[in-house]
Amino acid sequence: MEALNVYASRLLEKEEYFSPGHRACQGCAEALAVRLVAKALGNNVVVGSATGCMEIISSPLPFTNWNVPWLHVAFENAAAVLTGAESAYKALVRKGRRPEKGTVFLAMGGDGATTDIGFQALSGAFERGHDFLYVCYDNEAYMNTGIQRSSSTPFGASTTTSPAGKMSPGQVTWKKNMAEIAVAHNVPYVATACASYPFDLIQKVEKAARTPGPAYVHILSVCPTGWRLPPNKAIWIGRLAIETGVFPLYEVIDGNYRLTHEVEELRPVEEYLRPQGRFRHLTPDLIQTIQTRITKEYNKLIAKTQMNI
Amino acid sequence: MGKRVGIEVSIAAADAVGMADVDLVAAYPITPQTHIVEHLSELVANGHLDAEFIPVESEHSAMSVCCGSSAMGARTFTCTSSQGLALMNEIVFIAASLRLPIVMILANRSLSGPLSIWNDHTDVMSVRDCGWIQVFTETGQEVFDHVMWAFRVAESQKVSLPVIVNMDGFILTHVIEPIEYWDPDQVKQYLPNFDPLNVLDPAKPTSVGAFGMPGIYTEAKMAQNEALLQSKPEIIKAWKELGDLTGRHYNPVETYKSEDAETVFLTMGSIGDTVAMAVDELREQGEAAGLIKLRLWRPFPFDELRQAAQGAKRIIVIDRAISYGGPGGPVASEIRSSFYNEDNMPVVTNFICGLAGRDVTPTDYIAMYEQSAAMAKGKVRQEDYVFYGVRE
Repeated sequence: MEALNVYASRLLEKEEYFSPGHRACQGCAEALAVRLVAKALGNNVVVGSATGCMEIISSPLPFTNWNVPWLHVAFENAAAVLTGAESAYKALVRKGRRPEKGTVFLAMGGDGATTDIGFQALSGAFERGHDFLYVCYDNEAYMNTGIQRSSSTPFGASTTTSPAGKMSPGQVTWKKNMAEIAVAHNVPYVATACASYPFDLIQKVEKAARTPGPAYVHILSVCPTGWRLPPNKAIWIGRLAIETGVFPLYEVIDGNYRLTHEVEELRPVEEYLRPQGRFRHLTPDLIQTIQTRITKEYNKLIAKTQMNI
Repeated sequence: MGKRVGIEVSIAAADAVGMADVDLVAAYPITPQTHIVEHLSELVANGHLDAEFIPVESEHSAMSVCCGSSAMGARTFTCTSSQGLALMNEIVFIAASLRLPIVMILANRSLSGPLSIWNDHTDVMSVRDCGWIQVFTETGQEVFDHVMWAFRVAESQKVSLPVIVNMDGFILTHVIEPIEYWDPDQVKQYLPNFDPLNVLDPAKPTSVGAFGMPGIYTEAKMAQNEALLQSKPEIIKAWKELGDLTGRHYNPVETYKSEDAETVFLTMGSIGDTVAMAVDELREQGEAAGLIKLRLWRPFPFDELRQAAQGAKRIIVIDRAISYGGPGGPVASEIRSSFYNEDNMPVVTNFICGLAGRDVTPTDYIAMYEQSAAMAKGKVRQEDYVFYGVRE
């Protein structure tokens, strides 16, 4: 699909498994990512959602936007719930009570559900080696409850619990690198993606689903509401995240890193930060601090892509 | 008729789960539940049980894995105790709301703190209102039988609710008792394959676990309560058929010498046997004492309890948990409610004892009987409960 970019859109699945009519905010790039993931996986899938934006916008009783089997239990346990479903499927197939159809098991959650409260359940599921795919839709804060900081909120972002003020530059910690943590679990397929690059995203989700054992896809999901950005800028700012090196697109297959979208020369991070209201208070000094960190992290990643294991 | 063997109750309980041909077990080790899950993992490792054994990283994940498994239509089991139950608490409530017929053995143990591994009922009382069917057992045989019974009731399409089988930690889990194993034929006859109404299946997509706005939440909760109430006929039917099959008959409320009793003890779990010895002793002394044992805790058997206690002037409720700052023990509170507004309401005296495995002997129960009689001469209010045997 990558090589056929001009035709790629025609090759896409026409069916919507995450249907229109959900209740997401205007310009929600997370709902767009969910739609693309659902397209990539088709109808032979069981989906488990963590509590969060994507769960509440898609399942107000008695409505649902899911045209595939979908299960929500709680906030911090999507990985555990879906690995239970996956294991039950294995047992039932083995015992002849369900046909073997190669069903894919997808667990999904936001950054809070993944990098904070559901971290332990996800680590356990990775370690046990279940055949499932976990997708983190990372909008960089607890948006569902009103833009509170998470461990995935970037340094300098003002949120309702890391507000910028006289004594604080906003979030004072650096974003937790969840994809790297998945790699550290020896998860055989790990990738980052962004709905601003839809074909790259779809391809990665397809690969992840085909990988035996656990797979992890971390999707940067622009949230105009929480990032203080006009809804029509969501796709554009997602592209800037990649072009500035803030969120590089790459995949890690059995420990081998590969950039999937190479940027010839990174644009200054400031171009990404300035349009977003959550960063509007940042002083040139702080922007330089962020630039230094982003460059260093990017270089670390490039060094990893040059290793061959 | 199956073989009768002398065996540790935990091992027998695990064998019962194995004989029920469970599809998935998810568990995290906690004393005194460990022998049950250890033996289940052995059964799987040795090929005696074709099931997925998921050694999860916490009890919260144990119950979460069980939810995913049960929603797929697999026969699902877990087992925990005390802090483990407290950690999975959130998901315990959701499992009932999702109508997932998971079976859980709860090896009853005190809640921390102070940290204690020993037996009482403080753990289960913390989930009193979780919406599961909850039953108490007194002997190893009862545990074995109730594993089969629990799957049968939970998975009945008329019920579709999870079941907790309570067994006292150490007092039951770690003792060797004579237990009559079921014949494979008996199991087959009693326990049909799990055939749920609704499963997660790409051929027939459904959404499970929606969120409810205020306009629908109350209706959903009332429906759930109805489901639990409506499970009772199936519970009774499953006991009846178990009796026909094994000759062991179970009821929501069991009685011992209570027909003509003026004073009855009321117990739950393994202490029933000890209290029965006290009753025998009191009877020898010419006292009209009796014993009522609550087997079914949820749905609460109001009618059966009133029937069993008919004619009793005084009820001595033995609680093995505390409702801090409230009406004493949670069982006593329920018993008082059962008789409130009834004619000839008996006097209810409440003793809290046997916490964290502290021994309570027949002599102690006789002492409680006497103390209760003295209390009943005056007005007994609900806040007049007694912590029995507290060291000065």
